[in-house]
Amino acid sequence: MIPSIPQPRFVTAAYTAYVTLFFVFLALPLIVVAVFAFNDSQFPSLPWEGFTWNWFFGSERPMIGVFHERGILSAIGTSVLVAMIVSAMSVFVGMTNAFLFNRYKFRGQSLLYVLMLLPLVIPGIVLGISILVFSSRVANGLWDGFSIDVEALRPGLWLVILGQFSFITTIATLVIGARLQKFDRTLEEAALNLGAGRLTAIRTVTLPYLAPAMIGAFVVAFLMSFENFNTTLMLVGSDAPLTIAMFDRLKEGSTPLLNAVSLLLMVGSSCLALVMIVFQRKS
Amino acid sequence: MTADLECIDLEKRFGDTTAVDRVSFSVPQGSFFSILGPSGCGKTTIMRMIAGFLDPSDGDILIKGKSVLDVAPNKRPVNMVFQHLALFPMMNIADNIGYGLRRAGMGKAEISRKVDEALDRIGLPGIGARKVDELSGGQKQRVAIARCMVLEPDVLLLDEPLGALDLKLRERMKVELKALQSAFDTTFVYITHDQSEALVMSDNIAVMNEGRFEQVGTARDLYYRPDTAFVAGFVGDSNRWRGRVTKLDGQNLELQSDTGMPLRGAIQGRTLNLGDVADVFVRPEAIKIAHAKDDLSHFDNQLSGKVTSLLFNGAASRVIVATDTGHGEVEVNLPQSGEFADLVKGSDVHIGWGSDHGNCFAAEAS
Amino acid sequence: MRAEAKLGLALLLTPLLMWLSLLIFIPHVDVFLVSLRERVGVGQYQISFANYLTFFQEPLYLWTFLRTAVMSSLATVMTLIIAFPVSYYIAKMIKGRAQSALFLLCLVPFWVSELVRTFGWMILLRETGVISNVLQYLGLVDGPVEMLYNDGAIMIGLVYTSMLFMVVPLVTTLESLPDEVIEAGYDLGGNGISVLREIIVPHAMPGIVSGCIVVFMLSLGNYLTPTMLGGKESLWFTELIYSQFIVRFNWELGAAFGFMLLILSSAIVWGMLKLTGQSLEKTMG
Repeated sequence: MIPSIPQPRFVTAAYTAYVTLFFVFLALPLIVVAVFAFNDSQFPSLPWEGFTWNWFFGSERPMIGVFHERGILSAIGTSVLVAMIVSAMSVFVGMTNAFLFNRYKFRGQSLLYVLMLLPLVIPGIVLGISILVFSSRVANGLWDGFSIDVEALRPGLWLVILGQFSFITTIATLVIGARLQKFDRTLEEAALNLGAGRLTAIRTVTLPYLAPAMIGAFVVAFLMSFENFNTTLMLVGSDAPLTIAMFDRLKEGSTPLLNAVSLLLMVGSSCLALVMIVFQRKS
Repeated sequence: MTADLECIDLEKRFGDTTAVDRVSFSVPQGSFFSILGPSGCGKTTIMRMIAGFLDPSDGDILIKGKSVLDVAPNKRPVNMVFQHLALFPMMNIADNIGYGLRRAGMGKAEISRKVDEALDRIGLPGIGARKVDELSGGQKQRVAIARCMVLEPDVLLLDEPLGALDLKLRERMKVELKALQSAFDTTFVYITHDQSEALVMSDNIAVMNEGRFEQVGTARDLYYRPDTAFVAGFVGDSNRWRGRVTKLDGQNLELQSDTGMPLRGAIQGRTLNLGDVADVFVRPEAIKIAHAKDDLSHFDNQLSGKVTSLLFNGAASRVIVATDTGHGEVEVNLPQSGEFADLVKGSDVHIGWGSDHGNCFAAEAS
Repeated sequence: MRAEAKLGLALLLTPLLMWLSLLIFIPHVDVFLVSLRERVGVGQYQISFANYLTFFQEPLYLWTFLRTAVMSSLATVMTLIIAFPVSYYIAKMIKGRAQSALFLLCLVPFWVSELVRTFGWMILLRETGVISNVLQYLGLVDGPVEMLYNDGAIMIGLVYTSMLFMVVPLVTTLESLPDEVIEAGYDLGGNGISVLREIIVPHAMPGIVSGCIVVFMLSLGNYLTPTMLGGKESLWFTELIYSQFIVRFNWELGAAFGFMLLILSSAIVWGMLKLTGQSLEKTMG
């Protein structure tokens, strides 16, 4: 069934209707979240009480908007900080991995490649508990043996960062590796031929070629870290990133404040996606 | 006897552009018919309409005398060898060849018998269990044909199937395709932009340009008696000059080229008047080359000049000669006797050809 | 030059090995060791299978485990069935700008966090929610209907949340199938069903497998969707792990649960790869 194969009209019509319905299904939850961010009511549900910006800019109870809600703002800050560190780390390790698998042949390489993929098929919550268990064993060992208390090994931001890094690195490796695979090695040879040293050739030819993939990997890593829930849930300490903070509030009962935060998230990530698309179009 | 395939006033428009413009032709049973044209001339569109993947905007397609316009592609008695062959990579060779038979609901034993028979026929017995990507280009080619031929179609369509092969293999497959066609005794309709494929294999060739058929005829007709300037220029190589008609004399004429060279050519029944702008086409192999002027005295076109380039290419070696009068350059084939093997750049030579080798056409306004 | 190559190899291997050993391998071995620990007194432990015995003897645990596995499989199959026609439409029925636009549209919902998507479904499905109100308005029901906190709601949430991971691999593999091959299928006498069965599905198999693996994994390990849409009685296995670790502080039993989840997911992934003759490198990389 492709356009060049004639089909009865009702079949094509039914098919198109199905696809349309699918997209309605995709859009519906996001649309209601966005719309109720402007409901002048304590609850994100019908009836519609009128339009308001208060859930964004309101500063008085009971309608404190996102921009005056300290808890949410600091959670956003935490999330951004975590996401930045995780992305930077995973792009770096992703790049070294990509070079390792692309440029070297050594014994056990294919086994190592499979191991590198494994974090993708380990449930996030299991990743979370394993890092939690291991880090507290190390922390306890250090305390018992040397009376050193390493705060970073207790549930908190550092563990969250490590937990997210442990599987986002695989994604970064795949994104960067895919582009490195397409790289024409003779370009590097040309650079060597023109008098560049090996590292200079990589710095001046290969890395600029990889830049779009590195930026792409960074954005993907950033978003994955920002929205990660399962792994973070097991490792979080007192400073909750945004998803955890929102989850805690949602459990207590939702107000349109959460809709407003969600809408900001949607706008934010759409912008990020757009920037990335525009950037990749250019290159 | 009705033709196996007949197209009547076939037309296909995409929006404002007319891809196929009122094309009519018929292909008799058991013959090899080619449509030859540059890419984008509409030949693939014709083929896809015959196969049923496109609806004609106008006109009719008859197979064995019956219109097939209302017949879905999977029910038409035509099969197609696709440009990239479209062998099913997820099946082995036997399953590929047996695919159409399975669709027709044939029994398992019978299918396997027919598949073996087809593999024998294409000279590849016993490869049924192999995978598609284990075969060479030429083998894939033959399997793609066998896959269609087991269905005994009235017409087999071939969409530039040799395009992906390297030169040597392409030469061999030309001969092989022709042999397969006569062995199966099926009507082949072949489209290509490669004139040598069309010339070597076909009983009849249609030369197509911008949605229209320029000329339909045998390879000889197209080569020696082109109907239009396009055919003269597209089929085979030619020296081409544009000029103004200065003298008319029955079937012969004289003209003066834009660079001032006097040329004599033949009208071949076309209408040309004094003062008309015309194009003359002369094939490099129709031009004789000589050391002495006297050897060419029987030709009514004679020129002297110097060799500016030697293009050695074995049997098809050529020289480019710049005329002493400074009117331009002429491509000339060297005779294969080797008597001009000592030519070097700058050698003085004489060249000449008969006016009947100069095909003249009224120049299209451009 | 050789020494330089060796140094380069060592430098590149270090981060990979540190990552895989310190964050993946050793922690998982450690979880396994903890799961084999039985508390016999204050600060005193011995090696035993007591935690696994508890798991197999307590019907609630085993039931939750099986229920999670079955519902995740169901969610995977449903996602595949819903996503396949859409992916095919995007990959083969439309071309050019429309194609990339529609594909992008498929991705958009997944740029926002799962929490937001789940929240959207809560607003839609709950008693005071949009759908309930619309149904009342249309006169189809008399009073408010609660559509949240049941297995149906969990399924919708799981299917919705995993859709992207099915659509992307499917579109990618389907796009790589040349139109010519489909046309050849018809030209040789095939119809829609036989072409789908013999040509399109076999060709899309790597995409189907990788989509199914990821969707199954995500459903099995999901915590948010069952908790928010399924309510207190949702009985999802990840909830048991969470409560053992965070609420009851019984890490030994929690570790055993975690290890069971890991075994289940690995077994299903491995089985799926074996069944279809695919490899992890091919489907994931």
